[in-house]
Amino acid sequence: MKIIILGAGQVGTSVAESLVSEQNDLTIVDIDPQRLRLLQDRLDLRTVLGSAAHPSVLAEAGAADADLVIAVTQRDETNLVACKLAARRFNVPRRIARIRATDYLDEEMVLGADGFDVDLSICPEQVLTDYIAKLVAFPEALQVLDFAHGRVSLVAVRAYMGGPLVGRQLKALRQHIPGIDTRIVAIFRRDRAIVPDGDTVIEAGDEVFCLAATKYIRQVLRELRRMDRPVKRVMIAGGGNIGLRLARALEHDYSVRIIEHNKRRSELLAAQVKKALVLTGDATDEELLEQESVSEMDLFVAVTNDDENNIMGSLLAKRMGARRVVALINRKSYVDLLQSGEIDIAISPAQAIIGTLLAHVRRGDVVAVHSLRRGAAEALEAVAHGDRESSRLIGRRIEEIDLPPGTTIGAVVRGDEVIMAHHDTMIEAEDHVIVFVTDKKRLPKVEKLFQVGVGFL
Amino acid sequence: MGRIAVVLNLLSVVVILFAIAMLLPLGVALYTGDDAEGAYDMAIFATAFAGGVTWLLTRAAPRELQLRDGFLFVALVWTVLPAFGALPLLAYMPEMSFTDLYFESMSGLTATGATVLSGLDDLPPSINFWRAELQWLGGMGIIVLAVAILPLLGVGGRQLLKAETPGPMKESQLTPRITETAKGLWLVYVTLTVAAALAYYWAGMSGLDAVMHAFTTLGLGGFSSHDASLGYWNSPRIEAVSVLFMLAAGINFATHFSVLHRRSFAPYRRDPEALPFLTVVGVSVVGVAGLLVVHGMYPDFITALRYAAFNVVSVATTTGYSSTDYAQWPIFAPLWMLVLAAFSTCSGSTGGGIKMMRAQLMFHQAFRELERIVHPRATIPLKLGGQVVHNNIIFAVLAYMLVYGVTMGGITLLLTASGLDLLTAVSAAAACVNNLGPGLAAVGPASTYAVLNDFQIWVLTAAMLLGRLELLTVFVLLTPSFWRK
Repeated sequence: MKIIILGAGQVGTSVAESLVSEQNDLTIVDIDPQRLRLLQDRLDLRTVLGSAAHPSVLAEAGAADADLVIAVTQRDETNLVACKLAARRFNVPRRIARIRATDYLDEEMVLGADGFDVDLSICPEQVLTDYIAKLVAFPEALQVLDFAHGRVSLVAVRAYMGGPLVGRQLKALRQHIPGIDTRIVAIFRRDRAIVPDGDTVIEAGDEVFCLAATKYIRQVLRELRRMDRPVKRVMIAGGGNIGLRLARALEHDYSVRIIEHNKRRSELLAAQVKKALVLTGDATDEELLEQESVSEMDLFVAVTNDDENNIMGSLLAKRMGARRVVALINRKSYVDLLQSGEIDIAISPAQAIIGTLLAHVRRGDVVAVHSLRRGAAEALEAVAHGDRESSRLIGRRIEEIDLPPGTTIGAVVRGDEVIMAHHDTMIEAEDHVIVFVTDKKRLPKVEKLFQVGVGFL
Repeated sequence: MGRIAVVLNLLSVVVILFAIAMLLPLGVALYTGDDAEGAYDMAIFATAFAGGVTWLLTRAAPRELQLRDGFLFVALVWTVLPAFGALPLLAYMPEMSFTDLYFESMSGLTATGATVLSGLDDLPPSINFWRAELQWLGGMGIIVLAVAILPLLGVGGRQLLKAETPGPMKESQLTPRITETAKGLWLVYVTLTVAAALAYYWAGMSGLDAVMHAFTTLGLGGFSSHDASLGYWNSPRIEAVSVLFMLAAGINFATHFSVLHRRSFAPYRRDPEALPFLTVVGVSVVGVAGLLVVHGMYPDFITALRYAAFNVVSVATTTGYSSTDYAQWPIFAPLWMLVLAAFSTCSGSTGGGIKMMRAQLMFHQAFRELERIVHPRATIPLKLGGQVVHNNIIFAVLAYMLVYGVTMGGITLLLTASGLDLLTAVSAAAACVNNLGPGLAAVGPASTYAVLNDFQIWVLTAAMLLGRLELLTVFVLLTPSFWRK
């Protein structure tokens, strides 16, 4: 696939990183030559210097025969104009734009064909905010992901010594929660994936991925882990775009404190939040954390722009007694270093947002993609099209389907109905199938399953 | 000298305008055939002559009005016009002193409603009409009217408007041009006045009474053509109409304007003062009614509610009508009503006092300081209606409060020094500074200010002026730096 990425910032770079490994032709456009050079040294892609909204630059980047434009520059306006040009001047079939201002999103005519021809708008800050907000709502989970418009959820939890799960076979779980259909789709043990079957025994430290209808998520979590007491007090370190959005999303239901080091920024924050308390100071200032009783916090979220600050801030908070700490960490090596250490959850922004984009890059009718375990695994939701003749899925029971190794079909959503996959579940046309892939190398094969074709039998 | 000449020139125009306003009671006199007709002939001639001569003498003055001159102009308008306003009364009642009638005229223009006249029922209708018209003109503001209809005040008009409109924040620009804003405000004012007049007429007043009371209701003045005020009719229907329009006039007219302009009630919800104003007054009405029942003043709660509703709303909105002698109620009720008069009405309304917005700002500021003790590192902005209020406004409000306190204390002391008892002095000071009207004790709703001596009358005349122009506009004239070149 020929893809043009506009903007080589944090988002553009991480999008490039994850797409380049999948045999795509990438061209990245930016106005900063230094940044482009660094990128070119690291990744196998083409770079074009210039303003992303200029037709000549787009032409040079090969917009004329591109399949997809991803506009992720800093400015909404540049992204909008680039999408419009890509659509009208170069006939690029699909266009994705990063739009931050909710004003644009609220106005239907801005994004539509009458406006700027944007197929999909993404707001990384909002994706991260939703991600963290989920963790606040489900404090037991490491991650909560939605499929089929929120009908199905995938939750990741860590099994710990003495928990209700540990030392049991998976088939015991089913007897435990009668009436609630749930399925453990994968277990990661010491960073290695195990494809679970009924006899698998969960060990302490395992990361367990469990799929269930969203309405049962709480019951399932209760079964998997002893329920923590619900979150009441949240402290957010860093009042940037994410910190502000998070504070606004949480302040109605939780007591929120937000720490921002810049005095002027904290005044701006204070003006924009309703109930949250804005504190001026450093996230790593022990005295401030003490004064604002960090030990009473149910959740400490470090979302400053600086990885090191986030790490040190959350380590300090944990040491001082915060119940659970979450840190936003951009650098991949740091994330791997810290997960399952003292920091309860390390969030990599790139991985969190990449899923939305990946859904558009995948072949076949892929509705949602969630990147898991720092991109090592992937959960995707795709629609089965065609009939028994043209599809490799439709009209077959799951046990009959030729799934690549390390791949599990977790659930099937038929209309409003959520069906947990069993060996004898039959796939029908237009079903949304949720597939869990523990080995990314197998992805092309999975994609192929969903493509409608003739003559491959 | 040039500066003074500009101010005098503009003043003369306003005076001529005022002479035209006197044609209305003259018309009433001719229509009803009362014996006050001659009084207007004299007053109109004198006013127009004074205005005309001043205009001729100063017509060469430059038209540019500076910010500073604006304050002088506003203060002059508000001290000179009451003198001309007193002329018809003086001509009709030569036995009364100028002091008393200037007080009466000032009480009219500042929409206070304190009166030195008794036997109102026997006065010619046109005299009562003039008193009501004064309150109506002064309620929304003479300068707002002048800006609305005189193009020459266009430049610098915004400053003048700011000096006259009550409230701590006057940045709300309804329209790009200030004359349009002034016109809009007067349009809403006139519309509501017409509605009130029709409602009063429907409720059973005579046509002339309906118009007069519509004038004094919308201006939140409180003059009546009857000694018994609205108690004269003893009609729940009239009282209900009155309560409705007093509450309407207690809300910011800019908000009314937005509601009419956008044809949506959303501006009322967004107005940070409207809801607190209505809530505070509503809760007080029910509370006072309960108190009256507990003390056995009225046989049942519904009757108590009727009297409480009318009198509490009347005092809280600084109107000053009464339907009964509420000074006889348990002392908490009238005192609480005086407190309400100081705090309830919204900025940009025709009411007097500190205004709901300032009260809210001080309240929030107090809580903010308490919060800061607990969280010394927190940034806590003061928000009103979702908007951050900047510190300079809060400081201005605090300064206003200080000046208000000093003024109130000073006037009370002057009154006690001249021999008044404490309750009379305190309530008279509060009633005049807040442009309410009736006080308690000797100047209660059942009596008049005629019992006071000349010195006390002058003190209270000044109090009304200070209150109407929100103190600082007047006090700035007393600072040496104002007069320095």
